[in-house]
Amino acid sequence: MPQSLLLLPETPSQTAGPYVHIGCVPNHAGISGIYADDPGQSPFAKDAAGKRITVTGSVFDGTGAALNDVMLESWQADGDGIYAPYQGWARMVADAHTGQWQLDTIKPGPVGPQAPHIALWIVARGINLGLLTRVYFEGDDQLTDPLLSRIDPVRRVNTLIAQETDPGCYRFDIHLQGDQETVFLDI
Amino acid sequence: MIKPLIQRDHAQHPPAYTPGYKSSVVRSPRLPKLSMPSTRTEETGPVFGHDVLGPQDNNLVINYTGQSAIGERVIVHGRLLDANANPIAGALIEIWQANAGGRYRHKKDGYLAPLDPNFGGCGRTITDDQGRYEFLTVRPGAYPWPNTVNDWRPMHIHFSVFGHAFGQRLITQMYFEGDPLIARCPIVNTIPDPAAIDRLIAPLDMACAMPMDALAYKFDIVLRGTRQTMFENRPEGL
Ligand SMILES: [Fe+2]
Repeated sequence: MPQSLLLLPETPSQTAGPYVHIGCVPNHAGISGIYADDPGQSPFAKDAAGKRITVTGSVFDGTGAALNDVMLESWQADGDGIYAPYQGWARMVADAHTGQWQLDTIKPGPVGPQAPHIALWIVARGINLGLLTRVYFEGDDQLTDPLLSRIDPVRRVNTLIAQETDPGCYRFDIHLQGDQETVFLDI
Repeated sequence: MIKPLIQRDHAQHPPAYTPGYKSSVVRSPRLPKLSMPSTRTEETGPVFGHDVLGPQDNNLVINYTGQSAIGERVIVHGRLLDANANPIAGALIEIWQANAGGRYRHKKDGYLAPLDPNFGGCGRTITDDQGRYEFLTVRPGAYPWPNTVNDWRPMHIHFSVFGHAFGQRLITQMYFEGDPLIARCPIVNTIPDPAAIDRLIAPLDMACAMPMDALAYKFDIVLRGTRQTMFENRPEGL
């Protein structure tokens, strides 16, 4: 027998369930007085440098319904393409009626050869392992991006490109299944 | 130092499509994921300072009103490690759970069991330099849920865990040793490997139980590891 490699297996994932708000955004869930603020309400300080943008979207299930209980987290570089530990992260919850979520942030800069992008992590009832994807932006130079260039068939690249509906306002819908299924990542 | 993540072993996790858990049917991606080595985006992640924590954040027995919640008092503690067995220090762990009767303080939960006026149901902490964490809470009740006609969740605590990298992000659930509902639970059974299920079951830990006060359960959590070699073979920014 050779030596053991001694890698510990990762703890298995379980669904976040329908009550994820209690643990992650308790004030939003109406449980006030335990935490002063829900974590991740804004990814950057109000006076942070960079171009302010808004990303809005919904997460659709296989029947075309928007998930009204989904929670998302975003992680991104700043306007200069730098990841800094105390900024760049946010938590979004879908509106309980419309299923729409919104991220008010700064347009990230390119990170080396990677085109500007925001990582998204999606959890909800019925999702057994948090889903990772990325928001890229319409109009950016994405030719050298190593992730987008791996997507096959090429037409699925569009599922990761947010569309600019008004200046600085982007739309990014996520489709869990179907013809428009979003590209999810195993990174 | 930012290091590449070791690729995820999907055999440890439930697949996306698990028809025994009906909610997964229309919420599961069907196409293969795009696999590639980690980049700076996944290898970095947010850091949370102790200044975000209140003094009672990890004490669910009293953190809602200051008065004791009803239920069996239990300490839940353990260590946060990466796959390389290194402790993960300074990491945020958030938990949420039903009260002792199996009822969540949530507008979508209409179970017959009453709310406990002194139980909110959430707690959080940051791991110490050895990766250790602890909570004081009440044992959550089992509860029924709509899936097949008579499905019940075993007693469980939901855990949301940050590592040092966004690619390590994990949400899971902890179960209690000896609960006969574990083996019957469609959500537990989304995990195909029985040995992986066992890693979600916290043993009763009498060495840490406090006499005349609280039982204890020990739950260690392992996040993805990083490649330890010092050789670099990638351009800046990847
Ligand atoms: Fe639960």
